[in-house]
Amino acid sequence: MVEDVLNRIDEKVKNNKVMVYMKGTPDFPQCGFSAHTVEILKSYGFPFSSDDVLADSAVRDGIKRYSNWPTIPQVYIAGKFVGGCDILNELHERGELEPLLKAAFDK
Amino acid sequence: MITPEEIKATLTQALPVALIEAQDLTGGGDHWQVIIVSAAFEGKGLIEQHRMVNDALKEPMDDQRIHALSLKTYSPAQWEKLGA
Repeated sequence: MVEDVLNRIDEKVKNNKVMVYMKGTPDFPQCGFSAHTVEILKSYGFPFSSDDVLADSAVRDGIKRYSNWPTIPQVYIAGKFVGGCDILNELHERGELEPLLKAAFDK
Repeated sequence: MITPEEIKATLTQALPVALIEAQDLTGGGDHWQVIIVSAAFEGKGLIEQHRMVNDALKEPMDDQRIHALSLKTYSPAQWEKLGA
């Protein structure tokens, strides 16, 4: 059962160039950190997929185990865990986020 | 709920801390922003740096004394570069 969730997460992370696990949806985020994360991603104009952890408690717990990261949102680019709201914001401010996104979509 | 002194003491025990600030973002004692400068962050990526802090604060995060934690982590060299 637990393995099942982790496999489902792994599939989504690998099959989406940008995958966001968040509270709420990109249009209706349910938490300030999730809202800010989505706002940053939207500003680059690349498409991204998302899952609402509030809709599925198994995913909410599973994603924390998957990355060994205690908080949500979590952003994955090109199959790799990039970070949560703080790290995304930091990369955005340093100008390091755009190259990551470009590299993911160039493939 | 947790006090800034507890946060600072816990992190200072876990890491060599050059500078640390803990700010209560809401006044409720459970939403925190922590700025921390540590030599232990030297040469490490952001995920690793944040992991070290999250690991040190695992207990108060697990029992919800800390509900939200916003982090800014710097090595001493990175901190100096900021001109702070």
